Amino acid sequence: MHELGIVFYIIRDVKQAAAENNVEHVSGVVMNIGEVSTIVPQYLTDCWRWAADKEDLLRGSELKIHILPAVTHCGDCGRDYATVKHGRNCPHCNSPNTWLLHGNEVEIKEIEVS
Amino acid sequence: MEEIKVIEIKKSVFADNDKDADLLRQELKQKGTYLLNVMSSPGSGKTTTLIQTINRLKDKLRIAVMEADIDGDVDAVKIKEATGIPSIQLHTGGMCHLDAEMTRQGLDNLAAGEADLVILENVGNLVCPAEFDTGSCRNAMILSVPEGHDKPLKYPLMFSVCDVVVINKMDVLPYFDFDMDKCKEYIRLRNPRARVIPICAKSGEGVDVFAEWLLQEVKQWKQA
Repeated sequence: MHELGIVFYIIRDVKQAAAENNVEHVSGVVMNIGEVSTIVPQYLTDCWRWAADKEDLLRGSELKIHILPAVTHCGDCGRDYATVKHGRNCPHCNSPNTWLLHGNEVEIKEIEVS
Repeated sequence: MEEIKVIEIKKSVFADNDKDADLLRQELKQKGTYLLNVMSSPGSGKTTTLIQTINRLKDKLRIAVMEADIDGDVDAVKIKEATGIPSIQLHTGGMCHLDAEMTRQGLDNLAAGEADLVILENVGNLVCPAEFDTGSCRNAMILSVPEGHDKPLKYPLMFSVCDVVVINKMDVLPYFDFDMDKCKEYIRLRNPRARVIPICAKSGEGVDVFAEWLLQEVKQWKQA
């Protein structure tokens, strides 16, 4: 259940951004979530509903999740490939000398105010 | 149509915690206190390993322990009884991990300014604690033989953030299909720098190696 902990982090950052922009009510929060960030989107939105409705600033607001695809780079043949489809070893040259380029993001993209 | 105003944020939710953790590390450096964050699954033998390690180092270093759990104080009591060193229990209030702010509160309550070494026993969990930097100087992970040699493949992030992997319960190796070579290979895939130390916390075998590693770490932290 790290999703609940992450929701508390999001709420803290959104509160800060709202205060800086003189916002009284937030209607939506858009997240960029990497495909291999270990976040389960459904858990995150469920935890959001429970926690956000306890805050005047966020009551009824929607958490929108953009999934960012995971891309791995191969250090031996230099090519990039889809992480989830092929995993740790490069599908082009079978090298295990690979590292993640994107896909680990847990990022607040933007806040919607209406 | 109702107009929606959008405020761009573009910020990782871990950014603030990462900043807090770096600040805490700087403060610990100034005080000459070394903080080790110990992570593992529930039941890997963290507390027993710590007791064995502390008893080998308590004459050489001033040590204190913080036990993090969702509830209960059995671990803090056990450490205090078995080693005589100060220990406190932190409750995460249902959360599956500690962050830098909670760690700082624990250190304040422990009055840890006097200690050379503070050991933080994180919540037993291989997923969440790996995501949240506690402000520790190093991360140690304890993997026990019954859990299987394929854990590094299943929980890659945990293994990639660890500086040392202690493999515990070596005494039961003959009864399990645990392949030590494969385990080391999988750990190296995730983290080529990680040191692997096989031990048996119950008998104390191998604990000297871990204790010596920790002693040198603390000495280096206090010098540099």
